[in-house]
Amino acid sequence: MVRILRNTKSAAVNPLKSSQPLGAAFAFLGVEGAMPLFHGSQGCTSFALVLFVRHFKEAIPLQTTAMDEVATILGGADHLEEAILNLKTRTKPKLIGVCTTALVETRGEDCASDIANVKLKHAEELAGTEVVLANTPDFGGAIEEGWAKAVAAMIEGITRSGARTRQPKKIAILPGCNLTVADVEHLRDMVESFGLKPVILPDVSGSLDGTVPDRWVTTTYGGTSVEEIRELGTAAQCIVIGEHMRHPAKVLHGLTGVPFAVFQSLTGLRAVDRFVSLLSAVSGAAVPARVRRHRAQLQDALLDGHFHFGGKKIAIAAEPDQLYQLATFFTGMGCEIAAAVTTTDMSKVLQKVPAEWVQIGDLGDLEALAAGADLLVTHSHGRQASRRLGIPLMRVGFPIFDRLGSQHKLTILYRGTRDLIFDVANIFQANQHAPTPEALDPFRKREMPDELRSSPLTRH
Amino acid sequence: MTSLSAKIQDVFDEPACDTNRGKDAKARKEGCSKPLTPGAAAGGCAFDGAKIVLQPITDVAHLVHAPLACEGNSWDNRGAVSSGPTLWRTSFTTDLTELDVVMGQGERKLFKAIREIKETYAPPAVFVYSTCVTALIGDDIEAVCKRAAEKFGLAVVPINAPGLAGSKNLGNKLAAEALLDHVIGTVEPDDAGPYDINILGEFNLSGEFWLVKPLLDRLGIRVRACIPGDARYIDVASAHRAQAAMLVCSSAMINLARKMEERWDIPFFEGSFYGITDTSEALRNIAELLVRKGADAEILDHTETLIAEQEAIAWRKLEAYRRRLQGKRVLLNTGGVKSWSVVHALMEIGMEIVGTSVKKSTVEDKERIKRILKDENRMFDQMAARDLYAMLSKHKADIMLSGGRTQFVALKAKTPWLDINQERQHPYAGYDGMVELVRQIDLAIHNPIWGQVREPAPWDCQPAGEDDLASTKNGTATVNAFNEFAGATAHRSGNR
Repeated sequence: MVRILRNTKSAAVNPLKSSQPLGAAFAFLGVEGAMPLFHGSQGCTSFALVLFVRHFKEAIPLQTTAMDEVATILGGADHLEEAILNLKTRTKPKLIGVCTTALVETRGEDCASDIANVKLKHAEELAGTEVVLANTPDFGGAIEEGWAKAVAAMIEGITRSGARTRQPKKIAILPGCNLTVADVEHLRDMVESFGLKPVILPDVSGSLDGTVPDRWVTTTYGGTSVEEIRELGTAAQCIVIGEHMRHPAKVLHGLTGVPFAVFQSLTGLRAVDRFVSLLSAVSGAAVPARVRRHRAQLQDALLDGHFHFGGKKIAIAAEPDQLYQLATFFTGMGCEIAAAVTTTDMSKVLQKVPAEWVQIGDLGDLEALAAGADLLVTHSHGRQASRRLGIPLMRVGFPIFDRLGSQHKLTILYRGTRDLIFDVANIFQANQHAPTPEALDPFRKREMPDELRSSPLTRH
Repeated sequence: MTSLSAKIQDVFDEPACDTNRGKDAKARKEGCSKPLTPGAAAGGCAFDGAKIVLQPITDVAHLVHAPLACEGNSWDNRGAVSSGPTLWRTSFTTDLTELDVVMGQGERKLFKAIREIKETYAPPAVFVYSTCVTALIGDDIEAVCKRAAEKFGLAVVPINAPGLAGSKNLGNKLAAEALLDHVIGTVEPDDAGPYDINILGEFNLSGEFWLVKPLLDRLGIRVRACIPGDARYIDVASAHRAQAAMLVCSSAMINLARKMEERWDIPFFEGSFYGITDTSEALRNIAELLVRKGADAEILDHTETLIAEQEAIAWRKLEAYRRRLQGKRVLLNTGGVKSWSVVHALMEIGMEIVGTSVKKSTVEDKERIKRILKDENRMFDQMAARDLYAMLSKHKADIMLSGGRTQFVALKAKTPWLDINQERQHPYAGYDGMVELVRQIDLAIHNPIWGQVREPAPWDCQPAGEDDLASTKNGTATVNAFNEFAGATAHRSGNR
């Protein structure tokens, strides 16, 4: 049983979280022709936008209802209406994804009925544009919750309900926010290699993969199409990746009866084996030679890599599903989770994290708990703690703003697990401490801080 | 909110602001913030502006009283640099939860947060920022700060600039007001001297003030306080004992400069360290103000000697770039060019300015542009991203200098781009900074990637008649074609 340690501090120090509306916008960005819209003051949008741009190195469509002092007092419905209409005329999006912020939620605005009114009043003008709402106050949740709420909102608002004729080869996939662009691309290839037709929602691999289009586009280009969302109910099966996507899958199931299977992680040999077996069973096809080859490569990586992992202490700070994904990966390689920090106590997956306890908190907590660890694992904001502690940092999740190409890093399935092994082993090799007579002296003082380090005698 | 409204009225009615002086009484009262268009707005909020201005004060704990987003999405994201303390890069927020908001626990949580910071980090001061939600639920941060200051024997400064109050620029000014109300003048220095100056509105981005400070050192001029770049709390608190001040980023902190002149008789001038002539002019102005306040007049001669020597070196270095940059076309797309001497220096080495935005420029600025560019058509207020993209993809400029907002318009149009706003990676201030800017322009324009990214894929541009290569049925032809490729490769490697 994992103990969940609740946060008792009043001052959060070096936040681990990014905000919930940012998570919702992130999901909307995985839809073709989308324009996410924050209902709040302009700063809410500006901060999220800058963070997205720093991570993806791309122009990101994101707009604001620009609530000012007057609107805050009198209500923001007019601003919301004006923003939707302006976006429709200026950018002709196929989807406007409204994400609320703490400002309008604290006011207690009934945004759902505001949007319903706008749709009714301007039915003709808004034809061809879906408007959906995710209630995502900043004072609750983080990226995971926002992402899942946006996906649920899209299914509720767009997917045609009722039992439909199922297409036996069509698979709906709802990936969690911890999957990278490369992960989603690879996932699609894998599913297609079984002769199946995947529909992935959201599909950031089509929209945030960093290409150079031959014209200037103001909405997203690429991603899941609105039409595909509408027809999601004709899938034979829904596959969910990440515990936080269980809720949207339930919504889809409730609306259309599509059955779903949840994979809390697709990293690690056993988890991938289960996934591949499912694909084989659903498709009736044998596992393709290429996939078998990838599995063998992973076996070899496990063999070559394990020397570097055994006995190492890992300190991780990540949102629940990513924490589970990485913690199981590391313990599966023989490491020990010395510290696990996450954003919320609401996720059921925390109970399965292979650590003694999980602290709900921030990077200040990680820094305090990670002394003596061999590796810090968190997003780019861990860089200050890494420098102060003198422990190398492996950058994962969002935001990664001080390294290029994070969206193109593979972390799932056989190949992603293989790549992770190599990445981590290389960090360890790059930070090896050469043995010294002092470090090896059997009479040296026991309380020397180096004592906490893994033995330099670990075989390489 | 009434005190906040009064503050906002006050900063809007800025007598030292050129734009404001040009307005009639009624327009002046309306203030300078334009109403934003929902769905078509860009830019940060007042809180953002306040934090930008104050955060570079390096030994202060900056505590944001808000739900997560205000701080969680924005911390440690500026390019200012510190020569010592790192506390300013540690993020503190009360991270209000739904329960805190509903139960009205905001003020208590804030008070406890200040205590935790005091106990763990013992900073000389805590700056507490109010935000939209905490303003809306009526948390009285001024009272909490006052109580905490008494209780903990620590400077606790309320920064009252919630996002909903207005724009980033307004936030800049409200931050300056907070310094005037709570910080400046609270510490009496024991070492005030006749050559002490303040530099206001200098952020030390990429450490660029360190390109300038040695010049002042050489003249025996001491920077009492540089606000905010690389500042310590005590420098700011004792800034009222400087003899003169230079205001660098003009619109942001003009109220600070003017009120310091009113209260403590510190004369100021508006100047810039960007460009050669402007840097020289700034040094001259500083020396003159000091002499006016009683410093020995020989500093004027020393200054002229230094200027002559440094300018000569800089121009000599720049001359080396003329051959490579002559005739290259520059598009300037910033809110408003802050320094005409940058434009002057670029033109001096033969570059051509093909356009400049004048959105934030004053009437006087525009006259100046007209004189320099001799063509009014090259001025634009603001160009839509789409139009900018169209212009750049037709190769009407060899490089665009702008802020991060239009970075990807240039890059996606396959046009060299250089960041000259706050996220930039290189120091551009002073004489050496101007040379660095030109060097970066040269590097950007002449990078070998441009040829590669602009060329279409070979299979997309084969002239008609030759595209039967792929479909050829003839075995000999295939072999010949293969040899051609192999030969080309062999030939190329043989050349090496």
